[in-house]
Formats: sequence, structure tokens, C-alpha cells
Amino acid sequence: MAFFLTLPLILLIALFVLYPAFYSMHLATLNKSMQKFVALGNFTFLFKRDTFWMVVRQSCIFALTAVFFKALMGFIVAHFVHNLPAKGQRKWRGMLLVPWVIPPAMSTLAWLWLFDPSYSAFNYTLSFFGVGPIPWLGDTFWARFSVILVNVWYGAPFFMIMYLAALKSVPDQLYEAAAIDGANWWQRIWYVTLPMMRNIIAITTLFSLIVTFANFDIVRILTSGGPLDSTHLFATWAFQVGIQSSDIPLGACVSLFMVPILAVAAIFILRDVNKRGNEA
Amino acid sequence: MSRKTLTRRQFVAATAMSSAALITAPYVRGAYAAGKLSIGFWDHWVPGANKSSTDLVNEWAAKEKVEVSIDYITSNNKKLELTVAAEAQAKSGHDILQMPTWWPHAYADQLEPVSDIMEPIIKQNGEVNGTTKYLGQAGGKWLAVPATVGSQIKGPCSRIDLMKKHAGIDVQEMYPAGSVPKDENWTMEAFLKAAEACNKAGVPFGIGLGETTDSVDTAGAIFQSFGAELVNAKGDITVKTDAVRQALEFYKKLIAVLPTDAASWDDASNNKWLISGRGALILNPPSSWAVAKRDAPQVAEQCWTHGMPAGPKGRFAPFLPYFWGVWAFGKNKEAAKSLLTHLSQPSSIEKFVAASGGYDLPAFANMTKLKTWAEEGPPKGTLYSYPDPHGRQTMSIAASPAPPKIAQQIYSQATLTKLVLRYARGETIEQALAWAEGECEGFMRS
Repeated sequence: MAFFLTLPLILLIALFVLYPAFYSMHLATLNKSMQKFVALGNFTFLFKRDTFWMVVRQSCIFALTAVFFKALMGFIVAHFVHNLPAKGQRKWRGMLLVPWVIPPAMSTLAWLWLFDPSYSAFNYTLSFFGVGPIPWLGDTFWARFSVILVNVWYGAPFFMIMYLAALKSVPDQLYEAAAIDGANWWQRIWYVTLPMMRNIIAITTLFSLIVTFANFDIVRILTSGGPLDSTHLFATWAFQVGIQSSDIPLGACVSLFMVPILAVAAIFILRDVNKRGNEA
Repeated sequence: MSRKTLTRRQFVAATAMSSAALITAPYVRGAYAAGKLSIGFWDHWVPGANKSSTDLVNEWAAKEKVEVSIDYITSNNKKLELTVAAEAQAKSGHDILQMPTWWPHAYADQLEPVSDIMEPIIKQNGEVNGTTKYLGQAGGKWLAVPATVGSQIKGPCSRIDLMKKHAGIDVQEMYPAGSVPKDENWTMEAFLKAAEACNKAGVPFGIGLGETTDSVDTAGAIFQSFGAELVNAKGDITVKTDAVRQALEFYKKLIAVLPTDAASWDDASNNKWLISGRGALILNPPSSWAVAKRDAPQVAEQCWTHGMPAGPKGRFAPFLPYFWGVWAFGKNKEAAKSLLTHLSQPSSIEKFVAASGGYDLPAFANMTKLKTWAEEGPPKGTLYSYPDPHGRQTMSIAASPAPPKIAQQIYSQATLTKLVLRYARGETIEQALAWAEGECEGFMRS
């Protein structure tokens, strides 16, 4: 009976997750014209390409930097919100979630206008202080900075709301006990808050790492991977190679390359969470 | 309650009578006797331009008794290319699908050859240009029909006043409406000098160095005018040649007088540059002029579309044709070919050009002097030279003449603009060329 009740979900997962995953694995083993089986030939080809290694490096820089800042900002803002009086807290929570609930393709368009090469609102404002103009999307450093900034802006509310929920579940008695023991502000965070939030931090980091690694829309809209490929991520490069250049097997290969990286991260983080769950 | 049963004898008799009636009855042609046809057209930028396609299709459908359905698919964010790829993978979808530049070659083995209809169309409309043949033919067979809708030249659109004032060039005199251009002195050197003068005056030429098509198309035409090819027609890598070095040196000088943020320009940036009045020239089809007509009429009145400057190897115009392809797995291929013949008639082409305000460009030699281009304005005659009515330019696409499957990689990965940018940003010419050579080697895989 239980099996039949879960059957619709199993079918949905099979149809929308397993089938595309196996199909892309199949595609990745074909030659460019998709008529010949080349086994791991596409992967060995990629390993010899400088642009591929540049994309690997950039994806790691992008994901790790963005997740770090999202986590940091989420943590700080969650504390601010947690310390607000209960009466006005809901309004703040709602407002702070706005970046996360707007479809990123839309909000990134607004950012594109702010960064616009010729009519940047940021540059206009900075000009009053004698700064700039900054080539937000035209220079390698600034383009990377801009795509990471937008990703942090979009993703930090998710961390904030998860951390806020975690903060609310920390028993007050622990803080009271720490206060009696003479713990200062930093010690309360280090010895009470962080250990109590460890699982949530690990899960949110893993989840965000997966989503950030696989990001497409922000980079696609802001820079299309430029200048000089310096902001390409796996997904945007896979799109350029697979769809725009009509090399679908190579595109599939690029996007599949994310799997081992994320799988290793997932194994480590989930193993840690499990271990602590068992200890508890 | 009585229940009437049908005996075996009655059933046989009724069947025989019905069959006899059907066989002897006169053939009545239903409203959609010739079946169904589904079409995927590119969703036009110009408001109202899709209507001409709908009207022409409906006109044909009513005559041929075919039930038609049309989807207009945007090219924003490559939705059209995604649709082509998805339908080719699924081997299912529209009967006719409009596809840009490289896509007929990319899916050549899944397209129904259309040479049988192209021959009479060419006989009627005149020869097609070399780029259309390069992109639309494989092994001497036509893979798809050149579509008027969406096809365009990305030639210079200059500000009459600014070019006259700062560069001393009268673009109207050089490209007079209604007569042969006096473009002998319109060379790459003159272009560079004008770019330097306009930059000095604070109205730089708006040429992008990004990775989208406008930037790539410009680079392609400039490279070709120097005879610079990264990969030649045989598929050999020809990056380290004098012609490529010459093109790079020219570009380096040009980049120095372009807007500083040109590396991040997309296909909308040059339009905005012209419409806002900040630049003296852009390379674009007349869509930016059309928007200026609506949003900045004082700018539109000063715009003049004309030919490209000539380089040592000739005058090359960036030409981007669209095609109508018929899927080999389509269910109604004969009807599809009949419709494409109808859409390629001179009267249909004239309607497409008029509905798009002159933006759409037929690939046929006899169709470059339509009255729309002569009459559009203000200023009157601003689009006269857009279709190259006197055949002064070679229509070209970036990365040609490399074999199309290699050229598509060079084009879509913007290898040309990346190459010039690398050199302009401090790499030595040999470093930049070595990078481009490595990229081209990667594009050779089959």
C-alpha cells in the first residue's frame, strides 16, 4: 500500500529527474554530430581545454565566495531580526525576503540597468563623489564582483530565514546558563549559538552551494560569461557550447562535470550532519 | 422496455449500403482537406510585423484548404535556437521552423532538402548572395529557404550632423538616395580617422566588443575586409597570418577611440548609444533608427544608413540571414514547401519589407530596390542604401569561409572579439594569436 501511495512521486522523479539525468549522461558519450559513441572522449577533450579549466576555477570562486558572503550576511541579519521586538519582526522578515521571492531573471534585469555600461545609476551616483566611472561589467575583476554581488543579494535572505528559524529554536536556558558562567557576547555565539546551529548551517551551505554552482540566470543576463569568458560558470558555458554552438554532447559533458564536485561536497556535509544527529 | 437487436444479415446490408453510398457520392472537399500545418516563426522586433506573416499564411491556407497554426517564437535569450535544438532532439514539432544563420547546417541531416522549390524561386527573384548560399546549402543542395523576415545587414547608421561637423564626412553625399554611392574614399583608414575625430569631439562611434552578435558581426566584416580568416574554407587554421595581424593592428587603434566600456556591450547597447545622441555612428540594422523615430525624433532625423568602409580586400557588409526549414520528420512536407514558395513570391516579400518598415531584407538580387527603402524617413531616403541596391558590398558573415560547423563555434564563442580585446588589453600579438589558434583547434572536433 505504502509503495502505491508513493508511486506518483516515484514516477515524477523518474520522469523529471532520472530520465533527464541518464539522458544527459548518454548524450555526453556521443560525438559532436551525435552519431558515434565516444565513451569518455568528450571529457578527455575538455580536460585539454584552457577555457574549461578557467570555467572550473571561476565556478569555484563564484560559488565559494557567494555562499560565504550569503551565509555571513544571513547570519548577521538573522541576529538583528531575532533581536527585534516581536511586534515589528514580521514586517522586517517579509521585507528582507523580497530579494529571494522576486524571480531572479527579473531582479537581475534591474541590476543590469544599475550596472549598464553607459547609463549606470551607480556610476551616476559615484560621479558626485568624484569616483568612477567603474566598468562594472566590462572589466574582469568588476564583472566577477558584480555577478557575485547580485547572487549574494538574491541568496542572503534564504540564509537569513533559515538561521532565524534555527536561532528561535535555541533554548533560552542555554544563554542564561552561559550568562551565569560569565560568557561574553562572542563566547555566547561561539559556544552556544554556533554549535546549536551547526546542522542548519551545514544543510543550508550544501543546498546553497549546489544552487550557486548551477547558477545560470544571473551570469547569463549580466555578462553572458564575458568579458573574455571571465565570468562563465558551468551552466552558462554549457549553454554556449551546447546550444549556441550546436555541440550538445560537449554541453552535456560540461554540465555533468558539476556532479562529482557537488557529490563530494554533499557526501562530506551530509555525513557530518548524520554523525551529529546520531550523537544527539 | 423493448430492445431492438441488429441481426447479422441487417449489419452486412447496412455496411454494404453505406460503402456503396460513399464510393458513388461526389468528392466533397472539406474546409481543411489538405491537412494541417504547424509553423514556428521568429517573433519580430517591429510591432505589427508579425501580422504580415499571419495574413500571408492565412491567405495561402484558405486557397489550399490547409489548417494552419502559427507560433511566434522570440529570439530573446536564444529561445528560438532552443526550440530548434529541442525539436531536432525530439524529432517532433513544427512542420516549418524559422532558424537563424548557422542552424540549417547544424541540423542539416534532419532537414528536408528544398532545392526543388529554391530553383524556381531563384529564377524568379534573382540570384542569392554568397553568404546565403554558404549558410543555406550543403553539398549543392538547399537545406532551407532564405527567409526575408528577420534577415538583416548590420551596416553603419551614421549621424549626418555629427559626421559632417567632426569628421568632415557628408554621408548623404557619399551615399545619395536614389543613385550610385560615391564611396571610393570610404575606406578603413577614413573610418578610423572619423572614429578618432568623433571620439575627440565626445561622440565616439558605438561599436561593441562583447560576446553578442552585433559585436561579433562587426569584427567579422572588419577582419574580412583585411582578408583575415582564422580558419580557411578547407578547414585549415590560418590564425598566424599577416592579414590577421593587420586586422588586429587596425582594431587596436579603433578600440582606443571606442567607449571605454565597449567590452561589456550587448546587442541593445549600440541602439541606446545612438538613440541617446551620445555617438556619431553605430553598426546595426535600422531598428535603432526606427526606435529613435518614436523616442527621439530629433536623432532619427539625423540618421543615415549606408555601406561599410572598404579594406584592402574589399567592402564587406555583415549580413545575417534567417531561413525557413522544413523538418524531414514533418507530417505535411508538400504543404510546407507550397507555403514557403508562396512566402517567397515578390508580392509577399514586398509585404514583409513594408510591414517591417524596411528592416527585413530579402536575399535575392532582384529584390533590393523596393519602394519601402526609397520612401522611408525622416530623413527621406535614410534606408535607401540599406539593402545595398547597387551591389557595392560583399555580404558576409563572421568566421566564414570556414566550414560552417567550425565557423559556428568561432561565431558563437565570439573568438574574434575576444582576440582583439586580448591584444588591445596588453597581451602581445603572438600571445593573442596563440590563444586563438588553441581555440580553433578545439573547434575542429567532429
